Amino acid sequence: MSLSNQKPALIISAGICGLLIGIALFAPWLAPYDPSAGNLLDRLMPPFWQEGGSSQYLLGTDVLGRDILSRLLYGTRISLAVSLISIAIAAVIGSTLGIIAGYLGGWVESIIMRLVDIAVSLPAILLALLFGVLFGPSFSNIIIIIGFLLWSQFARMARGETLKVKQSDYIDLARTAGCSSLDIMFRHVLPNVAASLIILATLQVGTVIIIEASLSFLGVGVPPPTAAWGSMIAEGRSYVISAWWIAMFPGVAIMFTVIAANVLGDELTDLINPALRNEIGI
Amino acid sequence: MIGYLIKRLAELIVALLIMSLLVFSLARLTGDPVALLLSDYATEEERSVLTQQLGLDKPLTEQYAIFIKAALQGDFGNSISGNRQPAMELVLERLPASLLLASAAMIISLLAGVPMGVIAAARRGAKTDILIRVFTLLGQSIPVFWLGMVFIYFFSVQLGWLPTSGYGSFSHLILPATSMALFTIAAITRLTRVSMIDALSSEYIKLARIKGLPERVIIWKHALRNSLIPLVTYMGTFFAMMITGAVVIETVFSWPGIGRLAYQSILDRDFPVMQAVVLTTTLLFMLANFVVDLIYVWIDPRIER
Repeated sequence: MSLSNQKPALIISAGICGLLIGIALFAPWLAPYDPSAGNLLDRLMPPFWQEGGSSQYLLGTDVLGRDILSRLLYGTRISLAVSLISIAIAAVIGSTLGIIAGYLGGWVESIIMRLVDIAVSLPAILLALLFGVLFGPSFSNIIIIIGFLLWSQFARMARGETLKVKQSDYIDLARTAGCSSLDIMFRHVLPNVAASLIILATLQVGTVIIIEASLSFLGVGVPPPTAAWGSMIAEGRSYVISAWWIAMFPGVAIMFTVIAANVLGDELTDLINPALRNEIGI
Repeated sequence: MIGYLIKRLAELIVALLIMSLLVFSLARLTGDPVALLLSDYATEEERSVLTQQLGLDKPLTEQYAIFIKAALQGDFGNSISGNRQPAMELVLERLPASLLLASAAMIISLLAGVPMGVIAAARRGAKTDILIRVFTLLGQSIPVFWLGMVFIYFFSVQLGWLPTSGYGSFSHLILPATSMALFTIAAITRLTRVSMIDALSSEYIKLARIKGLPERVIIWKHALRNSLIPLVTYMGTFFAMMITGAVVIETVFSWPGIGRLAYQSILDRDFPVMQAVVLTTTLLFMLANFVVDLIYVWIDPRIER
């Protein structure tokens, strides 16, 4: 029995995620056109199967005559890069604080966990919009904003998991052997809570892609002319009636990517640590 | 228990203060408010009069104190665009539309999500369960603003059944409320399913089965009652989703609520309105969360974090 027989969903979703990463990496070679340069003579061309469409632009063109397919392929880069980098930042900051809180306890824990509670009770979208306006829309700003929205969940989980391993014998042993707290936290606790944190990170990918798309849709994401799926949908909004394809395809791309990421996250949870399901909840 | 509630209340107040500090500094950091409020042809004298009126010549800490004092009385100044309505008046005017949309979405989510979660759990592994799980997966993977546009394309443009946007009648409410609800329906279904599966394998359900109670009563009465508690815990998360939903869905459907007002004021850099709408929304959000805490403590008095 191989893994592929037992877990078709895991294999398929991992395959699709791999494919998407491949598209993001090789977008310049895959895309038939420059994503941000249009040909105004070919504006608002429908996809090839519709009347007036041509095989030159398989998924049609937008209002500036830019090739939708090329923009979709390049958009993969933004969605994946934003989610991977912002989750990585949130995971590092949140897990560090969570492990410190869980291991040291006392007033350090109180302060960190109060901060987490406060961060959770701020309305995220308003915060993101405010920051977006204050610092201006840019690739690095959207990563900082999203990272800021996510760190608290990593802190909560890292603390909870740390409390569980803190009682184990090997931690006691390490302490009697004279290891410093810092050593124990990052050499002995971290490797034992890492699996849960990685699962949480995987489960966040879908959410972050949707947050990024929403912010780009509202105009505080990665600024034009860079192709991002959310801003492509925003650009197609005024043409829903006359040129449905501008907004339709990026939405489908988001949907497929998020489904693949969510299924992969779920399957990994089941594979590595099914008990986490209840803790993560939604 | 009382101690827990006081702690939560203190946290909420700190969160509100952070938010107020943020919107206050935002208005000071991104350009000169005097230049925004006056026309380009204003004289130097007009400028200094307004600077004094707004207290901009005072130290920042004092300015913040003045801002908070006025904010507590609901005074954020006048909108800088349109007919210069008081900012708070604008917010209060738009609030009912948002509350209507959000409660409609919440009712739809509960009416659809809870039964679907119960049915999926009761038929665990069967076709119905798989179908419902595929639906929740879709619901959590489709961006709501895009779904709203797809709805407009099919139901308004192609079929002509419902209006594309606007406000006023029941038919205006259907599309925005349904698209806003999709994500929460999926979340509630998933949550109900998981806790129902838990409940159905517990001792008291076994006892009820031994007693020979009909399966229908066991599922919909005994198991469901206990499965609703986790839903309460996640209410705060659902409120947050509703605020996010309000901003994007109100924008897509031109719904005259505070979500769109918040977005518009941030884009226009209409600072008085932005401050009023952001702080009002934060306050409502936090009050809602506090009420959830109260309900939670009331349901489960053991709570102590």
